[in-house]
Amino acid sequence: MNIIETKDLDFYYGDFHALKGINMDIEKQTVTAFIGPSGCGKSTYLRLFNRMNDLIPGTRMTGNILIEGEDIYAKGVEVDRLRKKVGMVFQKPNPFGKTIFDNVAYGLRVNGIKDKKYIADKVESSLKAAALWEEVKDKLKKSAFELSGGQQQRLCIARALAIEPEILLMDEPASALDPISTAKIEELIFELKDRYTIVIVTHNMQQAARVSDKTAFFYLGELIEYDDTGKIFTNPMKVETQNYITGRFG
Amino acid sequence: MKSGIVKFRQSFVEGMIKISGSLSSIIILLIVAFLFGEGLGLFGKSVVEEGYVVIVSKDNPIKAISSNDLKNVFDHNITNWTQLSEKGEKSLNTDIVVAYNIDQAFEVENTKDMIAFVPREYAAEIDNMRILDCGNISLEDFFLGKEWFPTAQPAPQFGVLPIILGTLWVSFAAIIIALPFALAAAVYLAELSDKKTYAMLKPAVELLSGIPSVVYGFFGLIVIVPIVQKTFGLDVGETALSGAVVLAIMALPTIITIAEDAMRSTPRMMREASLALGASKWQTIYKVVIPHSASGITAAVVLGIGRAIGETMAVLMVTGNAAVMPHTLLEPIRTIPASIAAELGEAPTGGAHYQALFILACILFLITLCINLIVDRISSKSKIKSR
Repeated sequence: MNIIETKDLDFYYGDFHALKGINMDIEKQTVTAFIGPSGCGKSTYLRLFNRMNDLIPGTRMTGNILIEGEDIYAKGVEVDRLRKKVGMVFQKPNPFGKTIFDNVAYGLRVNGIKDKKYIADKVESSLKAAALWEEVKDKLKKSAFELSGGQQQRLCIARALAIEPEILLMDEPASALDPISTAKIEELIFELKDRYTIVIVTHNMQQAARVSDKTAFFYLGELIEYDDTGKIFTNPMKVETQNYITGRFG
Repeated sequence: MKSGIVKFRQSFVEGMIKISGSLSSIIILLIVAFLFGEGLGLFGKSVVEEGYVVIVSKDNPIKAISSNDLKNVFDHNITNWTQLSEKGEKSLNTDIVVAYNIDQAFEVENTKDMIAFVPREYAAEIDNMRILDCGNISLEDFFLGKEWFPTAQPAPQFGVLPIILGTLWVSFAAIIIALPFALAAAVYLAELSDKKTYAMLKPAVELLSGIPSVVYGFFGLIVIVPIVQKTFGLDVGETALSGAVVLAIMALPTIITIAEDAMRSTPRMMREASLALGASKWQTIYKVVIPHSASGITAAVVLGIGRAIGETMAVLMVTGNAAVMPHTLLEPIRTIPASIAAELGEAPTGGAHYQALFILACILFLITLCINLIVDRISSKSKIKSR
């Protein structure tokens, strides 16, 4: 079943045509990797799923994106509710200058949840799901800035998981991390895919090959090829894909 | 040869930079030294005006008199020897006969109850009299004295408490008035305004800080003073409140600009993180942006206070300049800078009044120094935090 459907999507930053005629469906409870050289539009596309590009002035979009059959750019869509359903993890770890506990509880609180018991339970289960609980359980009241970069990124994942999204968008989540932290994040993605639909943008080809079920290759704003990850990396249909994954350009 | 010229030029520029840097530091130090040097002579000076003495009858058992009593005696607030606050073992219980000058002193010569204020060289010519010990100007009289009558005779009163309190009073009132407006404006400029409104509003706010303070004073005098007077049904509208309103307007640009910068420095990533979790724009502003920029906002407020405390002209024009202890905002008050500006021209150089004004300047300097140190501390803390 398709959870995200994109129909004839075009996107512009001012005059710059960033995404051209994208048609693409993403299945529920899969990990989909977006790969492609810098500036190919993959992050832009990802940020359209939770309307994060709304914040950038001078952008324009045509076409439709449907999540669970609902057009998220239709009039009257509550963006806050959409973003609750579509969580996001950013390229650089970006915890708030609050305690570890408050970071995870933030999403619950801004969504109107006041039940302290529920929040405490949810913080614990989210930190466990993000494989961070054992490392931080004794210092939940400490500032999130005291954690290492890898821990901070897992904290951001826990924060996104706490509001129980259905889709988790990850914009190069491991690009600022060391290899050990990266491995931990990848392991985590593997565990999370039973419960969430994950879309991950990555520059790291091996990472895409390791964690994803399906891979989409973007080039100059166009979706060149989208298929099972195994197929893309062993037997791509298009020459551009072949060239990119073998490292001939990009 | 050529490299020699380049080298010379470099060391020349380096030398000039060093000289101008040290020169400005030296000038600042000299100013500070000058302030304290001119002012500190006040303490240890006789309470009575230089060249004059206060004399009493040799039969009067009184040993010493406080500066405040002396003034009250000559103002007829104290009319009997028993009313003095510092009594000797035994004091006269008769009414005081006061002689204000040498002629009156000769008239009441030989009267046991008399007290006279005469030039020092004539003191010996009046029969049966002795010079009364009036003491020196003490730190206590100066800092805790509640009366500021620098030209009173024979004993000028230099109680600076009402002036210091007046300054703090009007400055804090100004900040309390300015803060909600400034914060709202900063939030609007940093978070809500679109590019066009921002391009119009930002220079307008900055223009506010470029208006000369005498214009603000004039505006306050013509517009705010009558409004305050009518609204509260006062006899005079020149009150602490009028001063606070004018100062609030003057402190606005400082607070707005710095608070806005602080809010803008909130990383976009942090804002996006909040929005991505389903927070609304407002929730993001008050749960992420304002906490993140809290130290910057505090620095803005403290600098605003500094701006208000040091302001001279505008407060001089609208606060009524009465050096009395402030009780409510609806009374006239006087501030340190206004006192200095208004009185320094009339105070004889080197006299007690002159020195008292310099000490006021020192106090003002110390207050602003403290404020700058606080701001420095806060902003260095915030730098560590945002790292």
